[in-house]
Amino acid sequence: MSAVPIIGVWLGGWAVNIWLSRFDTRASRTLVAVIFGATIITLWEMIVRTYAIPTVILPAPSQIAASFAANGSILWTDFVQTIVKGALTGWLIGAGAAILTAIAIDRSPFLQRGLLPIGNFVAALPIVGIAPILVMWFGFDWQSKAAVVVVMVFFPILVNMVAGLRATDAMQRDLMASWAAPYGASLWKLRLPAAMPFLFNGLKITTTLALIGAIVAEFFGSPTRGMGFRISTAVGRLDLPLVWAEIVVAALAGTLFYGLVAALEKKVTFWHPSQRR
Amino acid sequence: MRRADLVPILTVLLVIVAVWYLGAIRMNATWERDQAARAGTEVTWSQLIPLTLTQDRPVLPAPHQVAVGLWEGVAGQAVTSRRSLVWHAWVTLSATLAGFAIGTAAGILLAVGIVHSRSMDQSVMPWAVASQTVPILAIAPMVIVVMASAGVTGLLPKAIIAAWLSFFPVLVGMVKGLRTPDAMQMDLMRSWSAGRRQVLARLRLPSSLPYLFASLKVAIAAALVGTIVAELPSGATAGLGARLLSGSYYGQTVQIWSALFMAAILAGLLVALIGLVERRVLARMGLAA
Repeated sequence: MSAVPIIGVWLGGWAVNIWLSRFDTRASRTLVAVIFGATIITLWEMIVRTYAIPTVILPAPSQIAASFAANGSILWTDFVQTIVKGALTGWLIGAGAAILTAIAIDRSPFLQRGLLPIGNFVAALPIVGIAPILVMWFGFDWQSKAAVVVVMVFFPILVNMVAGLRATDAMQRDLMASWAAPYGASLWKLRLPAAMPFLFNGLKITTTLALIGAIVAEFFGSPTRGMGFRISTAVGRLDLPLVWAEIVVAALAGTLFYGLVAALEKKVTFWHPSQRR
Repeated sequence: MRRADLVPILTVLLVIVAVWYLGAIRMNATWERDQAARAGTEVTWSQLIPLTLTQDRPVLPAPHQVAVGLWEGVAGQAVTSRRSLVWHAWVTLSATLAGFAIGTAAGILLAVGIVHSRSMDQSVMPWAVASQTVPILAIAPMVIVVMASAGVTGLLPKAIIAAWLSFFPVLVGMVKGLRTPDAMQMDLMRSWSAGRRQVLARLRLPSSLPYLFASLKVAIAAALVGTIVAELPSGATAGLGARLLSGSYYGQTVQIWSALFMAAILAGLLVALIGLVERRVLARMGLAA
């Protein structure tokens, strides 16, 4: 009969959500999502406790939270090493390089026609496999992780930015021409702003890629800190609560990173239809 | 790809190969110079260039070395040999396809549920969208270890990671696709007094197909990446990811690059295959552009 309270919580959460979902306001929608998440975590905790699932297989959320609280300084060092130094640096360099390349090839239809199919193809490849090579070239520290991230984020951003620079229509370009706007002015005043929604699309996709690249590259060699290093060594010691705590950090960092880019997008492309309410 | 694009594409590819050769000469020259200095001899550029392009363990193998490595891995071995790239690619491919199938099925089923139940939509969708921002690949080693300690090894753990990665693109694409029928079309179905199931089978599913195929292309590429990463930390001895890892342990750069190109070819083939099916299916349904 140990399953009765578990099923009870599940049905209870479900019933509340069915009732709440009828209102369909902003507040009720948030509440429904929060209740769903809370129900999942409660169920997880109850199942682990009731059936005494060993920690090596699945630690309870409370154990993960305890490990998170106890290992604060370790998690912070890993965060700085992997996210700030590896992922963020690489993402900034890669995005900058991709934007400049897009502007450079924008004037040459020949290069565009040649580079775009290749860029599209490369964007679908398992680029993360380049990690061992770059770790060999740039050493074990964060530089090699940043290099992996640069390569991973470059092509998706490039493809989006090139598409964005083409997004102006003939009428708008004619208007700029009728004002005798030089290339620089029409780029700065018309085409770059018009490209922003596309650029941010690429930037948002690549936030997750950047974190993945930085963490996976650490599996191929790293100094004795970093999230990928910690995950692989903690798995070796069967310290699963610490692994999960690292995953929580990665999840929070990913959501925060994405949220920051999305907030910036809202500021920059406030005029775009998708931002209207 | 149009025929007019062929010349620009080939030009860009040629430039890439040329840059690659120059890079190989530059990066491998250091080692040759060190060797020469140790032997107390001087090397001239004309001696240096052929040497840098034929090293056993170059820093950056030249394109023709990778091509030879790839060719030997594919055609030079029996397909069942552990040195055969075809065999390793098959190990990776089977896990990828298994995971892709599981992930796609789960994504479609959940999307159907979400479209029909408002409470499910409001509960699951925010989390599904938020989970896109989480670096899911980071849990790959953990899933492998956990499964191994529970006695599950081999193809299944890798397939689960691949399924997890291909699940979300399909879910998001299908939810969008199942909602494409507009009010007019829904009203028409109602005027025929079609039930929910009939609306799903006759209107929603057919009109979601273009979205499904677009997400399937993303999903299969993601599934392949997931499988390769899942093969890295597991102590696996088979699969393209394991080839990458053992190559990096023993400094066998040619092996790494061959495995990398094999993975790229595999990804290209899989995406092209789905594109082919897409064109066939949409053409038969009269939806092709």
